Amino acid sequence: MSDVLAVADHRRGDLRDVSYEIITAGRELADETGGDLHLAVISGTVDEFAEKLDREGVDAIHTVDYGEEFNHGVYAQTVTQLYDDLAPQYVLTPNSVNGLDYAPAVANELGLPLVTDTVGLETDGDTLTATREMYGGKVETTTELEGQAVVTIRGAEWPAADGTGDATIEAFDVDVDEDALGTTVNGFEEVGGGDVDIGEADVLVSVGRGIEEEENLEIIEELADALDATVSASRPIVDNGWLPKNRQVGQSGKVVTPDVYVAIGISGAVQHVAGMKGSDTIVAINTDPNAPIMDIADYAITDDLFDVVPALTERFQ
Amino acid sequence: MKILVTVKEVATVEDEFEIEGTEIADQYLGADLNEWDDYAVEEAVQLQEAGIADEVVTVTIGPEDCEQTIRQALAKGADRAVRVWDDALEDVDLLDVEAKTEILRGVVEEEDPDLVLSGVQSGDDSWGATGVSLAEELGFEWAAVVNHLEHDLDDGIASVRRELEGGVEELTDVELPAVLTIQTGINEPRYASLRGIRQAQRKPLDVQTLADVGVDETVVDSDLELTDMYEPESESDVTVWEGSAEETAGELADLLEEKGVAP
Repeated sequence: MSDVLAVADHRRGDLRDVSYEIITAGRELADETGGDLHLAVISGTVDEFAEKLDREGVDAIHTVDYGEEFNHGVYAQTVTQLYDDLAPQYVLTPNSVNGLDYAPAVANELGLPLVTDTVGLETDGDTLTATREMYGGKVETTTELEGQAVVTIRGAEWPAADGTGDATIEAFDVDVDEDALGTTVNGFEEVGGGDVDIGEADVLVSVGRGIEEEENLEIIEELADALDATVSASRPIVDNGWLPKNRQVGQSGKVVTPDVYVAIGISGAVQHVAGMKGSDTIVAINTDPNAPIMDIADYAITDDLFDVVPALTERFQ
Repeated sequence: MKILVTVKEVATVEDEFEIEGTEIADQYLGADLNEWDDYAVEEAVQLQEAGIADEVVTVTIGPEDCEQTIRQALAKGADRAVRVWDDALEDVDLLDVEAKTEILRGVVEEEDPDLVLSGVQSGDDSWGATGVSLAEELGFEWAAVVNHLEHDLDDGIASVRRELEGGVEELTDVELPAVLTIQTGINEPRYASLRGIRQAQRKPLDVQTLADVGVDETVVDSDLELTDMYEPESESDVTVWEGSAEETAGELADLLEEKGVAP
């Protein structure tokens, strides 16, 4: 009861980055519990995936050659059966959209405590201390639990594992109850295409919730015109239908790396930051000096955007 | 068809605040209907307006104080509300996913809906797990992070889109009964009309104890313990420009010229 079982994430033929990060998180825990790190890779080209995932610190990789793409029923059944076989202390999954589509079901089925969206994990072998955020990142908390647990980890919080491992790679003979699979994945669609590719822009003038009203977008458009820049946005603006999906920066939108990213009225939720942190220079205009965007901004103006933006536009007209 | 929507009053925090123990001090806290739940309510009301749902019922776990927030959902068109509360829940500082699952199971079994809509997560503690956990508990099907639902629900199937990372959507058919966790942006939540707000005051809001929903008080005993809360250390090395809007805008203009990006 000291092993760690981690589950890889992949989509449409590619392993996602978090699959390598979860190896690091899992290895750190297994070092303390004194157990092995097992990795499960389920569906798709599992042999190819297993070879890529055989990095330093992995003891065993269990492949399940069943179907092509993610199906939560297959994942939940497989992880539950692997748990019965291995009796790990911790089951780790990514806190991805797909991770959240099976990890809670696995925890409930197994009657194990569940801790989601962790950004830090420590164990002394028995007590797990998980670091999580609350209130959109305004505070961090620690949560402790004894014994076994299902834990989901946030992407980009642990470094990717590297090196070459010497894990045993074995096909796991899962018994999938097909009658219990009540969802069918029919395909995928890329969204957010269209006239503008914000990924190509050198300068992005990006607007968030602080703009308050749709008609106020005008001052952002004027600034972009004056700067010959492109307008992008954080999620709430797109959710409100004020700008189309192809303007959305972030985890569920586009990842952008312009020369200059001007974040206007954007608080900087982790999902947004994931989409723009690679920008060369980041400027934040936000009244809240403690907003998370300040953590990654190079320059900031902590003043009212309705004063600053028109003044800036005027400089270039 | 009957739709149950799980709703929650969430705590909102001011920009400046203080922490006392493992909580944010009361005076810095506000309350609002959880943003994700607002979209879930809207989706249910739209299904009712389309003639697909006969009844929309909201369920919440919360004290009497949250009734005004819960009535917002009634004002937007839900027919009635169930609120579960109990003395045993009074001093619980971490109601975990397992506990919420058990309590909501009691309500779902009583109400017997065809479809349960819940928000993807709550804006305060963000576990993002209750909907899927509840589905598993009930033996319902489920889909997490749904940003589109076809409004026909023919043949006992919900055709949904799940919002994956990176601008990709998964097109999935889900057998009913099911729990769908609803992502923001799936619709445009309405503002409650004055008439709706007046009507909401008269709509039934049924209060139930743990015993009423068939759950033992020990449900609050959690394996998890919240042991610390603190402000994250800023890793910021940001240069903050000070001065009037004209002065700070001038600094930014100079930077843009220096970077060679200004026209």
